[in-house]
Amino acid sequence: MPKFEPVLLARVGKPDSQKLETYRRDGGYEALKKALAMSPEEVTNVVKDSGLRGRGGAGFPTGLKWTFLPKNHTGPIYLAINADESEPGTFNNRILMEDDPHQILEGIAISCHAIKSERAYLYLRFEYGKSYRNLQAAIDECYAAGILGNNSMGSGKKLDIFLHRGAGAYICGEETGLIESLEGKRAWPRIKPPFPAIEGLFRKPTIVNNIETMACVTHILNRGVEWFKSIGVPPDPKNPRDAGSYGPKLYCLSGHVNKPGCYELPLGVTARELIFEHGGGIPHGRKVKAVVPGGISMGFLSADELDIPLDFNGPGKVGCLGLGTAAVVVVDDSISIVDVLYNCCRFFSHESCGQCTPCREGTAWMTKILERMRSGHGTTRDLDLLAEVSGSIGIIPGTTICGLSDGAAWPVKNAIKKFRPEFEEYIASGKKTARVPVGAH
Amino acid sequence: MPTVIVNDKPVEIGADEKLNCVQAAQRAGVEIPTYCWHPALSVVASCRMCLIEMGDKKPDGTIAMQPKLFPACQTPVKDGTVIVSNSEKVKQAQKGTLEYLLLNHPLDCPVCDQAGECFLQDYSYRYGRGYTRLQEPKTLKPDKDYIGDQITLFTDRCVMCTRCVRFTREISGTAELQVINRGSHEEIDIFPGEPCNNKLAGNVVDLCPVGALCSKDFLYKQRVWWLQTKSSTCPDCSTGCSIRVDQTGDVVKRLRPRHNPKAQGHFMCDDGRFGWKYIHGPDRLTQPEMRSPQGAKSHDWDAIQPALRAALEGAVTRKASAVAAVLSPWMTVEEAYLLAKWLKRLSPQTRLALGPVRKEGGDDCYPKDVRGKALPNPKFTIRHEKCPNRKGVELILQHFQGSVIPFDTLLSEVESNQVDTLFLTGGDPKGWITESQAAVLGKLKMLAVLDLLKSPATPKAHYVLAGGSFAEKDGTFINHAGLAQAIVKAIRSPENARPDGRILWELSGRRGLFHATNLRREIGQEVPSLAALSVGDLGEHGVLLTERPTVAAPVRGEKVTAS
Ligand SMILES: Cc1cc2nc3c(=O)[nH]c(=O)nc-3n(C[C@H](O)[C@H](O)[C@H](O)COP(=O)(O)O)c2cc1C
Ligand code: SF4
Ligand code: SF4
Ligand code: SF4
Ligand code: FES
Repeated sequence: MPKFEPVLLARVGKPDSQKLETYRRDGGYEALKKALAMSPEEVTNVVKDSGLRGRGGAGFPTGLKWTFLPKNHTGPIYLAINADESEPGTFNNRILMEDDPHQILEGIAISCHAIKSERAYLYLRFEYGKSYRNLQAAIDECYAAGILGNNSMGSGKKLDIFLHRGAGAYICGEETGLIESLEGKRAWPRIKPPFPAIEGLFRKPTIVNNIETMACVTHILNRGVEWFKSIGVPPDPKNPRDAGSYGPKLYCLSGHVNKPGCYELPLGVTARELIFEHGGGIPHGRKVKAVVPGGISMGFLSADELDIPLDFNGPGKVGCLGLGTAAVVVVDDSISIVDVLYNCCRFFSHESCGQCTPCREGTAWMTKILERMRSGHGTTRDLDLLAEVSGSIGIIPGTTICGLSDGAAWPVKNAIKKFRPEFEEYIASGKKTARVPVGAH
Repeated sequence: MPTVIVNDKPVEIGADEKLNCVQAAQRAGVEIPTYCWHPALSVVASCRMCLIEMGDKKPDGTIAMQPKLFPACQTPVKDGTVIVSNSEKVKQAQKGTLEYLLLNHPLDCPVCDQAGECFLQDYSYRYGRGYTRLQEPKTLKPDKDYIGDQITLFTDRCVMCTRCVRFTREISGTAELQVINRGSHEEIDIFPGEPCNNKLAGNVVDLCPVGALCSKDFLYKQRVWWLQTKSSTCPDCSTGCSIRVDQTGDVVKRLRPRHNPKAQGHFMCDDGRFGWKYIHGPDRLTQPEMRSPQGAKSHDWDAIQPALRAALEGAVTRKASAVAAVLSPWMTVEEAYLLAKWLKRLSPQTRLALGPVRKEGGDDCYPKDVRGKALPNPKFTIRHEKCPNRKGVELILQHFQGSVIPFDTLLSEVESNQVDTLFLTGGDPKGWITESQAAVLGKLKMLAVLDLLKSPATPKAHYVLAGGSFAEKDGTFINHAGLAQAIVKAIRSPENARPDGRILWELSGRRGLFHATNLRREIGQEVPSLAALSVGDLGEHGVLLTERPTVAAPVRGEKVTAS
C-alpha cells in the first residue's frame, strides 16, 4: 500500500504552523473564498455529496445534519463546535487546535456560511491550555485580518467566533450537555426531541460538530468531493443503512504500543495494520490482549478481532458499539482484564451526570462490584449481574437520556462476553489487584 | 375522536387534548408509576420509573411497536398510539429502576416520616423485586437540616427526581435548591447561607415523593396512617387554596394543598400551611361568658343564649335602628346569612356592617425573578386581602340591606350614640380591632362578641361567644374569583367552644340542627346572587357563582325581602 500523504496533519509540526501568515502562505482561506462565492445550499450539497460523517463519535452524516435546520428561519442559527474531547484515549482535536487552528477556523467559517449562521461557539475542554491560547490567538488574527467580524472576508456578512472554556466534565461533550453548559447551566443532557437543529443553544436552531469534522470541511471545499470520496470505504451494499466511511481519519494510538501517536490514515485501516505497521507493535515482545477500537465507550476487540476495518461499520460487526472517536488503546497481556474494566467503570461512574436513575446508579454499582472483585471477594454470579446491569442502561434499551450510559455499558458487555474465562479464573484464584477497601470511592 | 390503546384497551381522548402516555393511561384506569414527572413542572424524564413500550396502530389495523422502551411522561399520545405497560419487558424495567433507586437508599422506613405515604414504598411493593442484590456498603450522605427554616433534608433518602429543584426554579422562581456533585454522589443542596425560605417553600415537602424533604413542623408528630383527613379551604387569604386538613385526636397536625384547577392549582403558601397554630393556642376562647349588669357570670350556653336573644330582641323593640351587627369577612356564607337574616327579620331597620378586612401590601405573585420581582403570568398568588370570605359576606349584606356599611362608619355611629346594641363577630386570628377602637365600644348598652381568640373587644363585651375555627366548622367561603368552596369540619372545638354556625342557628331560634349543605341550598334559593349554592354539595373543586345551578333544591324557610 502506498504511504498515505497526510492532509489534516500536513502542517502539524511545521514552524509557526499555528500562525495566520504561514497558513495563508500554504493556501489557507482559499477554501473559504471559494465557499463564499457559492450559495449556502451549494456548500451544504458539496458536504453532503462528500459523504463526510461526523468525527465526534456518532458518525452522523454532516451535510444531512445541516439540512435538518428549519427552512426560511428568521432569527439566529448557531454553530457549536465540540472541542470537549474527553473520550479516554482521544487527542486528535488537541493536535489540530494546538498546531493548525486556522484550518479549523476556516472550516467553521465555511460551515457558518452553509448553515447561515453568524455566530459560532467553540466549546473547549478546560484542560487544553495550549489549545486555548493558540485558538484565541488565531481568532484574534482573523478579526484583525477581517476574516471574522462585521464584514467577514469582505462578504458584507457578519461572523463571530467565541471561544468558551469548559470546567472539566466528560458529559459536556454530549451535544445537548454542551449546549446547557454553554448557556451557563449544569451540563445535564436534554431530552430529545426537540433536537438541537430545531431547538438548541439559547433555544435557537443549532448545529453541533466536532473539531476534526470542521477540518474535513475545509479540505473538502479545497480539494473537492471526488478527492474525499477517493479515500476510505464505500457503503456496504449489504447494509442499506451504511452511509459509507469516506475520507482521512485521525487515529489516536495509545497504550501498549511502541510508537503511540496520532496517525492520519484512510478510514478503514485495520486495527492490526495500525498497531503493527504504524504503531511499531507491542513493547517487550508481549502480546495483544484487548484493543479499544475508538475510545473506551466503544468496548473491546479481542486479540483475534484485529483484522476488522476501523471504519464506521467495522467494530460493530464484532459487537463493539462503533468506531467512536477512533482512539485505539492497546492493552497487552501483562494486564488483568478485571483491572482494565474496573478502570473503565470508575471513569463512567465518575462522569455520569446523574440525571437518569439507571445510569447514575448502574455505573456506580458496576464500579462497586468490580472493586469488590479486585479485593478478592468476587463471585461468578457477579459476572451475570454485571452483564444484566450493563444490558439495562443506555439509549439503546431506552432507559436513559444520553449515550454516556451506552458507552458505560459497552466495555462491560464486551469484556464479560469476550474475556469471561479470564474473569472466572481471576475470581477462582482469589487474586487481589486492589488495595482499595470495598466501598471507597 | 382520537383513540389511544392502553394495554389492549381503547380509550378516547379529546380532539385537541395534549396528553402524555401517563395521562392517557390514567384515562384507561392504568397506573404508570412516576417520580420526576409532575403536571405542574417541566418534563425531565430522568427517573425512568415510567418506562413503557410504545407503538402505533396503522389505519389498516396493524400495530407497529418500537423496539425500545420510552418514558411515558415524555411521550405524547396521538390517535392510534399504543401503550403497553404490563409486558414482561416493562415489568423488568420497572423492577430495574426500583432496584437502582433502592441500592443506596437507607430503607429507614420505621423512622421515616414519609412511611405510609411514600412512593418508594408503594412502588416497591407494587413493582419492585423485594430483595436486594447489593453486597457492597451503601453510599452515605449527610442530613441537611439547614435547607430551610421549615424544611429539612434526609439526603440519602433522595431519589434525585429534582421536583424540588424545578419547583423553586419554575414556580417560586427563587431557585434556592440545586443539585451538587455528580453521578451517584449527587445531592440536593442550597447555596451556602441561602436557605430555602421562600413563602412557597413548604410545597417541596409535598412534591418530594419520598421522605427526603420533610416538614420540620410535622416531623415525628404523627405516623401518617393514623391521620384523618378532610378536604377544606385555607382561610388565610382570598385566594382560597383547596387544602386537606390532617388531624388526630381533635388536634390538627398539618395542612396540605389539594389540587384544584378552579382554585389555586397544586400548591399553597406557607402562611396558610403553618398559619393554623392559633387553633390550639393559649389565647383561644374556650367557653362562653355572660356578664350581667348585676355582676353575675355564667359560662352556660343554655343560660347565655336565651338571655342574649332576649336582650337583643328587647333592644330592637326599643329602637331597631340602634341595633347593629358586624359581619366579619372570616364568617362563612351560612353564618353571615343566619345572622343577617335574624336581625333583618327582627326589623329591617337594624344595621349590618362589614367587619374589618385586613390587607397587607399588594398581591404577592410567583414566580419571581432573581431580584425578587414578580414575572408576568403568575403561577401562584398570595393575595393581599387576608381573609377568606369578604366576597361572600358582602353578597349577603347586599342582599339583606342593599348596601355594605364599613366597620369605621359603624364605630362612629357607636361613638355618636346612634347605635347602642351591637353583635360583633371577629375571627381574624391576627387581630381585627385596636385598643382605641375597642374603647369606643364602652359606650354600648349591650355588646355581644362572637370570636375565636381574646381581643381588645372581649373585656368590653356583655356576652362572649366562643366560636369555632375553620377546622371546626362546615360552611362556604367565596374566594377572590367568586369560587364558592366548602370548608369542612375536621376536629371538634376545644372545651366549651362551638362552631359559629350552630351558635347563630340556635340564637336565631331555628329548630333542628345546623346543616351546611341544606342551608346552602336554602341560601341558593333565596339569594339570587348566590343561586349557584343551591347545588348544596359544592364538590371537591367548588362552584363558581357564575355557574348555573344544576340541581333545583326544594325551598325551605321563610321569605325575607331586602330592605
Ligand atoms: C457522553 C458523550 C460524550 C461525548 N463527547 C464528545 C466530545 O468530547 N467531542 C465530540 O466531538 N463529540 C462528543 N460526543 C458526541 C456529540 O454528542 C456529538 O454527536 C458530536 O459532537 C457531533 O459532532 P460530529 O457530527 O461532527 O461528530 C459525545 C457524546 C456523548 C454521548
Ligand atoms: S445517561 Fe447518564 S450521563 Fe446521560 S443524561 Fe442520563 S445520567 Fe446523565
Ligand atoms: S422515603 Fe419511603 S422508602 Fe424511604 S425510608 Fe422513607 S418511607 Fe421508607
Ligand atoms: S429531595 Fe425529594 S423532591 Fe428533591 S430531588 Fe430528592 S426526592 Fe426529589
Ligand atoms: S416519570 Fe417519566 S422519567 Fe420520571
